[in-house]
Amino acid sequence: MKADRLAAGYDGTPVIEDVSFALEPGQRAGVLGPNGGGKTTLFRLLLGELRPLGGSLYAPAPCGYVPQTERSRLDYPVTALDVALMGTLTRVAWWRRLGSGERVNALEALAQVGLEGMAGTQFGLLSGGQRQRVLVARALVQDSQVLLLDEPFAGVDERNVEGLMELIDRLASEGRTVLIATHDVDQARRWDVVLCLNRRQVAFGPPAEVLTVPVLEATYGGSIVMLPPEQPDAHAPRPAILPPHHHEGH
Amino acid sequence: MSLVPADVWGVLTDPWAEGIVQRAFAEIVLLGIVGGMLGCWIVFYELSYSAESLSHALFPGLVVAALSGASLVLGAAGGLLLAAVAIALAGRAPGVGSDSAVAIVVSGLFGLGALLALSAESPPRLNALLFGDILGVSNLDLALAAGLAVVSVAILAALHRQLLLVGFDRTSARALGGRPVLVDITLLVLLALAVLVGVQGLGSLLVVTVLVGPAATARLVAHRMGPMMALATLFAVLAGAGGLYLSYYADTAGGASIAAAVVALYVAIWAATAAAPGRGRARAVAIANHPNH
Repeated sequence: MKADRLAAGYDGTPVIEDVSFALEPGQRAGVLGPNGGGKTTLFRLLLGELRPLGGSLYAPAPCGYVPQTERSRLDYPVTALDVALMGTLTRVAWWRRLGSGERVNALEALAQVGLEGMAGTQFGLLSGGQRQRVLVARALVQDSQVLLLDEPFAGVDERNVEGLMELIDRLASEGRTVLIATHDVDQARRWDVVLCLNRRQVAFGPPAEVLTVPVLEATYGGSIVMLPPEQPDAHAPRPAILPPHHHEGH
Repeated sequence: MSLVPADVWGVLTDPWAEGIVQRAFAEIVLLGIVGGMLGCWIVFYELSYSAESLSHALFPGLVVAALSGASLVLGAAGGLLLAAVAIALAGRAPGVGSDSAVAIVVSGLFGLGALLALSAESPPRLNALLFGDILGVSNLDLALAAGLAVVSVAILAALHRQLLLVGFDRTSARALGGRPVLVDITLLVLLALAVLVGVQGLGSLLVVTVLVGPAATARLVAHRMGPMMALATLFAVLAGAGGLYLSYYADTAGGASIAAAVVALYVAIWAATAAAPGRGRARAVAIANHPNH
C-alpha cells in the first residue's frame, strides 16, 4: 500500500493534505490523531468511498473494515454468525442466497478470532471485546489483505484489550496489513509504524522515532502533559495526551 | 357432558361458516404476511411514524373517491401521492423541525378529508374509509392483497442481506457493500404499497396497527430476524382470528376488533416477558451493557 502526496476531502475542500506513506504486508500501522484530524477521511479513501483530490493512492481493493463496535445496535435480532456473514456482501451479489460454503467460511472466521462455539449467540449479548472480535471476523469474511480498524479499543474493557492486541498481532503475522485508527498514544507505541495526522501528515515512521513531544504537540495542538516515568528504572518522563474527545463525549 | 365440547367446537367453528368471515380472514392473513415481514423492517428502520403519517394523510383521497364514485384504490393512490409530495416539501421548510412539519401536513390533510366527508353530501360508508370494512372486502381487494403479499415477500427476500446490514450499522454499511439509498427507497415504496392496499380493509386509522403491531410484538421475544418475521406473521394471523371472533360474538366492528386484538397480544407478550426475567430483549441489552459482563 502506498500513498504519495495524497489529498482528500468533501465538496472540493481538503480535510487531509500531503499524506505520503508506504506499508508492507504484515505491518501494523497506528493512525494517530485528534477527532477531525482526518483518520476517518483516510479510511474512507482506502475503502473507495472517497476519491483523492490530489496525489496518488495504491491499495489492494477491497479493504476489510472494522467499525467502532459502539455504533452497532445491541437490540438488533442477529447472532454473531449473522454479523460475520454480513462480510459476504462485498464478494457475493446481494440478491444471491448464501450457501453452506459461506457459512463454513464465516464459522472459520469466528473461530479465528476465538469465538468458536459462540456463533449462535445474539450479538447484543456479547461483551464489548467479543463484539469487536465479531466485527473483525466479519472483515476476515471479506477476505482482504488490508484490514482497517476504527478505534478498536473503544467500548472494550481493560482486561480484554490485551487479547484484542494479540489478535491484531496474529492477523498481521499472517501477512495482512493492519491499520488501526486511534487517539491513544500508548496504544500507538505498540505498532510497527505510526502515521500522525492533523489535517496533514505530521509524521510517519516507527513509534520510537515518531512519537516525540514536538510531533505529538503538532498532532494534538498542544494539549500535552508530561507524566512521570512508569517504571522506576526509566528516566525520561512520558508525554501523554489529554484528548478533548474524552471530555466532550460522543 | 358430551355437549360441552360440542358447544365449544360450535363456538369456534360457527363464525367460519360465513363467507364474509372467511374472506375477512383471507384478507387479514395476506395483510398479516406483509405486516409481519415488512413490519420488522419498519420497526428497525424507525419508519412507524412514516407509516402512520402516510395512512392518515391519504384520507382526503379516499373521501374524494367515495364522493365521486371512483375506485377507492385510485383515490388512496392519489391521496398517497399528494401526501408524499406535501410531506417531502414540508420537511424542507426552513425554521420548522421535519417531524413538526410532517405532523402539521398530516393533520392538515386529515382535517381536509374530514371537512370534505362531513360536507352536505357526506360520502356513503364514511366509517369504512376511516376504520375499513374488513367484513366487506371485495374480490379486487383480495386480489390486490395477494399481489402485494407476493411482491413484498419476493422483494424483501431478495434484499434481505442488504436490509440486515444497513439496519445494523448505517454509517459503515457502504464500506461493507451496503446500499443505504436502494434499501431506503425500496422500503418506502413497499410501505406506501402496503398502506394503499391495507387501507381498503382496515381504513385510514387502523391500517398501521397491522403493519407495526405484530412486528413490535415479535421484537419482544425474537433473537433473529427470520424467526421474528415468522412470529410477527403468526401474531398478525392470531390477532386477526381473535378480532374476528370478537367481532362475531360481541357484534363489534371488524377492523377495530382486530386492532384491539393486535394491541392486546402486544400487552400480553410484553407482560409475559417482563414477568420472566430470564428472557426478553430488555434484559438482554441490560446484561450486554453491564460493566462487569
